[in-house]
Parts: sequence; structure tokens; C-alpha cells
Amino acid sequence: MSGEKASPPHEPGTQASLLEASGATPPPGPVHETRSTCCYCGVGCGVIIESTLGDDGRLRISSVRGDPEHPANFGRLCSKGSTLAQTAAPEIARQSRGDVPMIRHQRGSPWVASSWSDAMDFASARFLDILSRFGPDSVALYISGQLLTEDYYLFNKLAKALLGTNNIDTNSRLCMSSAVSGYKKSLGADSVPACYEDLDHAGTVFIVGANPAFAHPVLYQRLRQARQANPSLVVIVVDPRRTDSADEADLFLQILPGSDVWLFHAMLKLMQEEDLTDSGFIAQHTSGFRELHEVIASLELDTALAQCGLDRETVTRAARAFALGPTLSLWCQGLNQSASGTDKNTALINLHLASGQIGKPGAGPLSLTGQPNAMGGREVGGMANLLPAHRELSNPIDRDAIARFWGVPAIPSEPGKTAVEMFEAIEAGTIRAVWIVCTNPAHSLPDQRAIHRALAKAELVILQDAYHDTATAPAADVFFPATSWGEKEGTVTNSDRTISRVRAAQPGYGQSRHDWAIALEFARRLETVLRPGAATLFPYTDAESIWLEHRATTAGRDLDISGLDYAILERDGPQQWPYPRGASHGQKRLYEDHVFATPDGRARFCAPLPRAMADPPDRRYPMTLTSGRLRDQWHGMSRTGTLARAFAHAPRPCIDLCTADAHELGVVAGELVRVTGRRASQLLPAQISAAQRPGQAFVAMHWSDAYVSGRARDGWTHGPNDFFARAIDPVSKQPELKNASIRIMKAELPWQWHAAVLLEPGSALAVQQRLRQYFKEFSYAHCVPFGHERIGLEWRAEDDYAPKEDIQAAIEALLGMGAEVGLLRYADAKRGQRRLVRLEEGRVTGFSLAGEAAAEIWLRQLLESGEEISFPKRRLLAPGANPPGQVAPRSRILCNCAAVEQTRITDRIQSLISALPAAERAPARAATRAPVILECLKSELGCGAQCGSCVPELRRLVREAQHASV
Amino acid sequence: MSRPKLVVVGNGMAGVRTLEELLKRAPERYAITVFGSEPHPNYNRILLSPVLAGERTLEDIVLNDFAWYQDHAIELRTGCRVDAIDRSRRIIRDATGATMHYDRLLLATGSLPIMLPIPGRELEGVLAYRDIADTQAMLEASSRYRHAVVIGGGLLGLEAACGLTLRGMQVTVVHLAGWLMERQLDETAGTLLRQSLEERGLAFRLAAKTTALEPAQSGRVGAVRLASGEAIAADLVVMAIGIRPNTALAEAAGLPCRQGVVVDDTLQTYDPRIYAVGECANHRGQAYGLVAPLFEQARVCADHLAGLGRLHYRGSVLATKLKVTGIDVFSAGHFQADPGTEEILFSDDETEIYRKLVVREDKLIGACLYGDTDLGPWYQELIRLGVDISALRDVMMFDDPGQTSKAVAAPQSAVPAPAST
Repeated sequence: MSGEKASPPHEPGTQASLLEASGATPPPGPVHETRSTCCYCGVGCGVIIESTLGDDGRLRISSVRGDPEHPANFGRLCSKGSTLAQTAAPEIARQSRGDVPMIRHQRGSPWVASSWSDAMDFASARFLDILSRFGPDSVALYISGQLLTEDYYLFNKLAKALLGTNNIDTNSRLCMSSAVSGYKKSLGADSVPACYEDLDHAGTVFIVGANPAFAHPVLYQRLRQARQANPSLVVIVVDPRRTDSADEADLFLQILPGSDVWLFHAMLKLMQEEDLTDSGFIAQHTSGFRELHEVIASLELDTALAQCGLDRETVTRAARAFALGPTLSLWCQGLNQSASGTDKNTALINLHLASGQIGKPGAGPLSLTGQPNAMGGREVGGMANLLPAHRELSNPIDRDAIARFWGVPAIPSEPGKTAVEMFEAIEAGTIRAVWIVCTNPAHSLPDQRAIHRALAKAELVILQDAYHDTATAPAADVFFPATSWGEKEGTVTNSDRTISRVRAAQPGYGQSRHDWAIALEFARRLETVLRPGAATLFPYTDAESIWLEHRATTAGRDLDISGLDYAILERDGPQQWPYPRGASHGQKRLYEDHVFATPDGRARFCAPLPRAMADPPDRRYPMTLTSGRLRDQWHGMSRTGTLARAFAHAPRPCIDLCTADAHELGVVAGELVRVTGRRASQLLPAQISAAQRPGQAFVAMHWSDAYVSGRARDGWTHGPNDFFARAIDPVSKQPELKNASIRIMKAELPWQWHAAVLLEPGSALAVQQRLRQYFKEFSYAHCVPFGHERIGLEWRAEDDYAPKEDIQAAIEALLGMGAEVGLLRYADAKRGQRRLVRLEEGRVTGFSLAGEAAAEIWLRQLLESGEEISFPKRRLLAPGANPPGQVAPRSRILCNCAAVEQTRITDRIQSLISALPAAERAPARAATRAPVILECLKSELGCGAQCGSCVPELRRLVREAQHASV
Repeated sequence: MSRPKLVVVGNGMAGVRTLEELLKRAPERYAITVFGSEPHPNYNRILLSPVLAGERTLEDIVLNDFAWYQDHAIELRTGCRVDAIDRSRRIIRDATGATMHYDRLLLATGSLPIMLPIPGRELEGVLAYRDIADTQAMLEASSRYRHAVVIGGGLLGLEAACGLTLRGMQVTVVHLAGWLMERQLDETAGTLLRQSLEERGLAFRLAAKTTALEPAQSGRVGAVRLASGEAIAADLVVMAIGIRPNTALAEAAGLPCRQGVVVDDTLQTYDPRIYAVGECANHRGQAYGLVAPLFEQARVCADHLAGLGRLHYRGSVLATKLKVTGIDVFSAGHFQADPGTEEILFSDDETEIYRKLVVREDKLIGACLYGDTDLGPWYQELIRLGVDISALRDVMMFDDPGQTSKAVAAPQSAVPAPAST
């Protein structure tokens, strides 16, 4: 379909020409293989994309597998990466991708499709108008750590060289900026010292504020492999939740949220008490230890332990293991997303410095990046306070160097607004136009109600994205459709400084264009007004030409890649930086000479004082809400959310509570609770979780108002980020997206509506998008896809009363159960009861239970099993939780690759255990038998045998069954 | 000592059923004479439709053959109308002029079909649908003619139309209301019924008024003219637009009549020696045209004729069942929604099942079922008993009484004794 829609040949950046230019010319054979990089987390796994030539003569991605030669993954892929090809399927694209530019002439009115030329004219004219009226700092660019390095470089230059504003920041501000400022403060540069290979050499792996089993699964599997190879390897996990990663650790420190600095200081104090510090290293290679020592000395250990909610014995064991090493620490948002994130980072690096656990194999701080190219963005300086190649905007020498390099008179000295500040300025009216690229601020920034107010206030919102249906889209005035994974050309840098190529395996969807090409076109239009007659600042012809300019900025810098080029990446595969001229390979590990990037070459101890959470609990809001990831979803789910199967493991939104808290609230799983914080209140279904400590609740960060919402005081609820404060770290400016204080009450809403329906292939996403508009008609509503082969939608709403008849009818019609469809129907309007069941050939293919919905349990089982019903069908409409006949029970799909249900797994474990002789079931034998049972499950049921993401859960099930059988 | 004389005027289902009930209670109490205007013994009028449809024979539908009268020493005078009652002398006079004394008189004269007062109603081939003679005339016409029009899309009209269709005629039903059986069904059920009957080959003109019956050249009826101007070919016209109680005899005798002979809760008229049951009677302002109320009346009336005086009749819940094979329609009570009532609806589009229950103040007051009427009698009972159904409300659409009695409280035992005991 996109073939017919291709742009006229005279327009720059048409897909066919870009594809040809980048070497992805359709090959002669039917199947073509392209090496590229996964677009999800910062592990940066290599993929081999297979594409086939369609009847239209265009390549179409058909499958994806791990690249066995890629140093990040050696062929492995996680549950997300292994389904990349499915997310690129045409029927998904048709429903979710933007295929043409669109203009909205008035907020709230529908999009109008446009040509590229008209959309560019519209956007650039309004942009220029605002620039001319209010000056360069009245505009802003809010971009993304998912952009490629080349995209990033161009946007940065556009802002700082052409527009003359430093108002360019990225969603990496929400992700890595505390790690950046921590590295810079402690080590002198934003350089990740360690590498993935250090897992193989480590004696201790210290994981804090990260759940790599879910968020970085391939790296986690590498850790698992390292443990197998080295049984004495000690894995320590520090987390407020007993995550899958924590569950498998040798030592788990379930700390109270926000107490990380207390913990690191306490560990240092204990190291000192036991004389485990490396005084030689401290003396020779560091500075500032005296100041730190004073802080540590003044700290009461008992106070620190109480702040952490930990006992001395556990922390002592952690401190000893850390000091013993070699110690590799891995961390992510648990440290970074905090108003004291920089302190948490420097306090952790203090431990490495104090024990000499840096600059040697198996040791060092290795921050895990959440995004595929957060590192690349840092390298090109695509943030409000940075300049290319790790230069500082605040440094006049750096500004001057870059101004000369770019051939402009000066780089503005005024620092730009960082992400949170940027939206505050938009709300305040000082920033009037914002160009949002490849990110979804209406989901991801804290204090969402303020973000929505800001977006509504902005005079001009340009949205550039591959997906047209993000939460931000309704606020935009112009939409530029961008190419996406599998269509783009460029490079990314992963968590361990490895630069990998991203390559196109199929043409861009519809009329979408590469992000850099859109920026280029826009820049050239602005240039004709802002720099009339002058030579262009943007003389690029392709991604590589941009990259070469980026490379030139790195010469002599810590990240010098002067010796690298696309040809080497092509020939030798991914390379770590630095890779200076003359090098034959990248550098695995930094600071092996113990000379750090500070002026005196010494690493710096920082001496932060522990600070309270930005939104501390009190009597009114006694509980703490934390947020994190689901195993099979990524970020705002604009890509993973297009796959119904990605929802199988965590099928619907929920808030996790421990058993004790749920008991105290009188809530059972699935019942709604009202979560109220200082900024917002939202209803969510409760889920009982053994991972939670009492007083701690958890919501996955993915559940935006695109999936779950409800009426709120000033509109509708926007998901977990409604709760988090706009408080930012004073140095890194990263907001505290991890902790908020809340109270939880049971919410008993008398009117419930549960529906589930199998939909025509290729329609579920479009229906889901249309259903979203009805969320705010209810106190609570969610809509999520489900299913593996045949895709369906689950709809749930609850309220104090039934909605208006026409609203209910419209939703039923969208669910394929409208008035004209043959159904079983039951209605008792007085009681708000309305139940519909759709049958096809004696099988339930849809149901809608409004009013009393207890029958949802067995109707859903009937629907998902597809079994023929064995009782009079009118009883399908009978109320109550007990089925009127035989219904085979169904359970959650635990292994998504092989679609294996949890009950099948537990049944098989049970039979395997009971087949063992009694002696073999003894507790002492459990550890020996468990791997054997796991292997049986893998070979017999197929679960855990592919991506391995479910293995931690499988092991837990085996362990629990073994425990129960004794 | 001679027994008192009971004279029954009307040899139909109501009169003879009363006798049966009476004989059970007091077999020797009366000397009984029954007058019947038709030449037949008591037959089941309700089953005329299956006879017309060819599913039963006339013999099949006889309820009490001549031997039964003999066995019970009942004098039966068939083909003999009663023309007058002399209440002061307690005698009746029959069509032959003969008189007979009575101690008790039971009026069971039934009803008469209403004939439209339109031109052509006297033409040959224009019938009502009331008795064996009408049925035989329809059967005869169906064997000789092609086109039939039934005026009236009520219960009786539709049964006639279906029967004639089965007999090979092309039948059009002309109906004044917007949907069929509007007094028994709501619009949804009426529409389902029409669709189902159309599939069987019937044609319909709804919201259609008949203005005239037009003769063919033969002099027999040839067409039905509608107010719209349309003429529908008709070799046979059956008028089934309703019935009116046959009260001519009672009125002439000075008994108060208002849409039927007015009776009290013992089925006694204003004359203590005279009772009335069945379609000719009006109890509490209601004349019933269905069989179930007649049987209830018969029981109460017999109780009093037997001198027991225990039972009272307090009216019946009307329930209708259309006797067309393969189409189950049931309605009972007050089935149209109005302010103060609540509806509970069930439908299965695939099998064309539709049910509506009407509730007022936690009592079931009406039911309208189409397609599957198994639960009809139970609903009728719930309506009649007037019990609080709140405990049953959520399940009553799905469960039959047997299952409910297991699942909930048995409705039969959970409620007060029937009102008529």
C-alpha cells in the first residue's frame, strides 16, 4: 500500500531513494538478511532481520533473530526483541503507524491529512512567527533517547546553531541524567568505565535499583551464565521490591524507597569498621576522601539501617562482598529517577573508589540505560546543558569550539530548559512552541496534570513520531510521520559504549521519513529566513554524512572515535568507544591506568548527606508508590502495545500490594482500590504480590491513559505519572519518577462492566484507540488486547451508576456487539444489568457483562479455550461466578514464546516431583533436582526454552512446589 | 323426593367443565339438562386450529362424547337453542317452544364473533372462526380456492391463517394494529412472530383497515379492499377481529349485563338462582376469552352449585399461547411497560428467542415470551401469586422452577396459598 503513496521523486528523503542510498537495495533473492540493532532497552542487542520481497517489489520484514556475532547478546533475544518482526507487520502498521503528515487546524478537531510540503509550510511558518515575535528561547525541542545518533546530532545543531536556543532536551533526562552527573562528578567524564564482559570476571555483582530480569533480560541471562560458570559469584540485589532479579539473588536487600544514600554510606562505614577499604587506591587515585569520611563518621549506623529498613547482618554481608570483589555494580532508574539521583550515583561510585573496585576486569560501575541510544544522545550533546562530544554548555571554551566548528558566531550561553523545566516554561507561557520527537511526554513526565495543562497552553505543538496514537498525539497541531525500527539507517550506542549500526530492512511505512530527514527539511526552510544567502549549516545527504561530522567533534575527546567509520562497523561489527585514529579495536574498559578524567587525574569522592524523598510519606499519605517495568512491555508501549501477546504475562493494569496490606484494606485481587496522592487520585485494580513490602505499592510505568483511565476532578486520570512530583535533582535535573506518597482505600463501585471479545484480524488496535475516548465516561475504565492467534480486546469499566444508554451502546458496537449483531442478550435496566454473549458455532467469541459481572471468570475461560458449550446457551447469561456447566480452567500465560499457561507448568512440576523417590524430595536435594526439573519443563512444554525471560519465574515455581512437597 | 333441577344453557367447555366439577363434588345433587345449539357433544374449541391445520381430526377433539352424558344421567339437547328465561316462574323456553323448570340455571352461552360492519360482509365465503361449522367451511373452501384473507392478526386469526396456509391456500392477514397480537405481545415479539410467519409463506398488511369486501363475478367474495386502496384477492375471508359475550338471553331476562353477564366471586348473577361461567360472564369488569380462566370459574361455580360454598373466584391472570406448531408464543399479565414498571429482557438472535418480564414493586406482573415458552407457566404462577420476586430476579430469566426450587426457595411453597382457596 505504501508503494502508491510514495512521495514525488523531487522531494528529498523519499523512502526508495534513502533505502537505495544506504545499500538496502532490494536483493535478487526472495529472502534478504539485514544486521541491525534492537530498538528497545540499552543492552543494544544485535538482530538479524529477514525480509522478503513482496508482490509489490518492496521488502517486508518477515522474521527477526538474535545476531550470534553481536557482542551485546551473542544471538540471544528477550521476549520483547524476539517479537520485533511481529510489531513491524503490515496489519499492525496500518492501525498504529502514521502514514501521512497531518494538520489539526484547531485543537480538539480531527486531523486533516496533508502533503509533506503543506505540513512543513504550516509548521515552519508558525514556528518562525513565534521565533520572530518572542525570540529563540520561546521555542523548544523535546526529543528522545530512541533517536539514532545521527538524528540526535542534527536536532542538536538545529537548536543550538540555527535557532539559537539551548532549549533542546530529551527523555533521557528522565532516564540517565543522574548517572551522567554522577560519572562527571566522581570520575570527571560521562564515560561508563565497565563493560558487559566484566560480568564474566566479577566476583560480586551488585544490582541496585534495577530489575534486569525484566528490563535488561539478555544481560540478565549473561549474568545467569556467569553464575553457572563461576558458582562463587555473589549476586546482591538492592530493591524495595522482591523482583524476579531479587528473587534469584544470593543476597537481597529489600530497602525502603529513597534510602539508597543511607545504604551506601552504611556499607562504607562497615567497610571501614572491618578495614575492607583499599587505602592505597584511595591515597593514590582519589581525592576528597577526608570530607566523605567526616560524613560517614558522623553517621549513626543504627539510624542508617533504620532508614533503609535493613538489619546490620545483611548490610555487613553486602559490604564485605562488595569490598572483596571484583565488584561490578549495575543500576538503573532506582537510583537515577530521584531528586537526589546524583547523590545516589556518587555515593555508589564512592564504594567502588573506596574499595578499589574500578578499572580492572570484573569491576566498576556500569549504569544500565533504559533506552537504546541514551548514550548516543549524550555523546552528541543533545541536551539542554551539553554540547557535542561530552562538551559542557557552561564552559565558554567548549561553546567557542563548537561555534567555530559549526561556523556560527556563537552558541548561546544561557542553558536550555531541561525536560521538566521545559514543560513548566510552556505552562508559564515563556516557551510557546514545542517540537516533540519520538517521545510521549503526555505519558512519561511526572505530574501529568501539569504536562497536559502545558500542552494545552502551547501555541504550537509539533509531534514527530512513528506512531499516530500516542497519548501526546491529541495535543499536537502538526504530525510528522517518522520511519521506525527496521526502516532507519544510522548508529546507536548501548550501555557499555558499544556503537552498533541500525539498518533498514524494509522501506518506511507510508510517506514516513527518517527523523534526520524531517529535521533537515525543516532546518532548510528556516535557514532561508534566518540565514538568508548564507551557506547551509546542514549539507547532509545521508545518515553517514551526519555521523562523519559527529565523529569530527570527538577528536581528542574521551569518546574519540576518529578511527572509526561505517566501513569498519560493516567489516568488524560493533565497536566500543573510544576508538581513536590508529586504533584497531575499541576499548573494553576505561581507567585501567587509574587515571581519571578529572583535571588532576584523580577520581573524586563526593560526600552527599542523605536526603528525604521529594514526596515523603506522612500520616495523610502513609504508603509509598514505586513504579517500574513489566517483563514484556517497553516504555509507553507504542510498539510493544501493538502486540496482544505482549500482554499475556501482565494482562491488565493493576497496583501491586502485599498480602498484609490487601488484607487490612479488605481487598481481594482484582477489586478496585482508590489510590490518592498529593497531586492525583486514580482507581486501579489491586493485585496481591509477594514482591511488595508492607506499606509499599507498585504500578507498572507503562499504564498510561491510553490503556487505563477514568474521570478525574479536572478531566481524566493519566496513569502512574500523575502521582509523581515535579521535584528534580539539583544537578542532573532528573525528576523523581520512582517514589510518591499515597494512601489507598478500597473502592466499592456498584456498577461493573466486563467485556471481552475476539475481533476481526487487523482491527483490535483501531478499535482500542476508539474505545479510549470513552474512558473518562466512567470512574474507572481500561481496555487491553489479549490473545495469541486470534486477537481480542478486554474492556472493563466501573462506576457508581450505569452510563447513558447511547454511550453503552456505542461501546458495545465498537466491541462488535452492536444492535445489528446476532447475540444472546439480557437486560434489566432498573438494576443496570445488561449482558451480551456472542456465539459462533456454539463457541463463545465475545461477552459483555454490565452491572453484575461475576460470570466474567468462566465466560472468559470459555472464550479463551474456544470450547463448545455443553449446556443450554441461555444460561450463558445467568449471573454469578459459578459456571452453569463444565468449563475448563485457564490461567495466565507464563511463557510468551511458546504460549504455555502457568497451570500446565505447575501441573507438570507437580507430577515430576511426585514421580521422584521420597529421598530425592528431601530439602537437601532440592537445589540439585531443580535444574533437572527445569530442563524437563523446557524440553517437554517448551517454556523457557527460547528467549528465557520467564526462567526466573519457572525456577520460583519449581522452588515453591519443592517446598510444598516436603 | 325428586332432586332439584339444574339447567345448563350452553354445551361448551365452560358449561360442561362446571358439570364435571359439580359431579366430582355432589354427583347426586341435581337432575341435569344441558342445551347446546351445535349438534355436537362438548368438544375442545381450542383445538379447532389443529383440526384446521390437519394435525387433529374432529373426533380427536371431542371432550365428552354422548355416552358420557348418558353415564351421568345428564339429559343433553343438542341443536336446541334456549330462547327465553322466565325468572319469576323459574322456567326456560327452548327454540321448539317447550319449557323446562329449573331450580338452578347455569348460563354458559359463550361468545359471538364480531363481524365488521362493512359492505360485503354477507357475501358467500365470508366466515367467522368460532365453531366446527366454521372450520368445516374453511376446510371446504381450502380445497377449492386459492386466495384467503384473514382479517385480524390476533391469536385466532393467526391460527386460522396458519391452518389455511397448511391447507395450501395463499393467505394474507390484514391487521389494524402495528404489530401482530398486540394485546398479547409487545412489538419485539410481534415482529419476531411476523418474520417467522412470513417465512412460512404468510403475507401481512399491518396497520391496515379493511373498508369493504368485494364480490367476484360468481357472487362469492372476490377481494378485500383496504383503506389504502389496495385490493387483495380473496376467495375466502375469515373475520377474526374479536368476540363479544353472548348475553342476549340474559339481557332479555333482565339480568344485569355489562360486556357479559355480571357475576360475583361465586359466579352468581344478580339472580341467586342463576349462575354464569365462561366467555359470557363478566367478573369484576373482565370477560375472559381464554380457557384457563373458564376452568377456574368452573371449579368455583361447581363448588357453590354443590352447596359447599368454600371457593371464591378472584379473577385470572391472562395467559396466551399461540397454537401454531413450531412457533411458541406466550404472554401473561401486564406485559407492556409503562411508568412504574421495569422490564427485564432476554433475547437470542440466532434462535429467535425473546423474553420480556415486567416487574412492578418487586412483583412479576407480566411476561411475554417468544420462541421458547417453557418457563411460561411458572411465570404465570408467579404473576398470579403476586409474590415478591426480588430474590429470584437475577435468575428467573434463566432457570425453570424445578431448578429454582433447588437453587432458591421453592416458589410453590415459599408463597401463600393460592388466592382462590
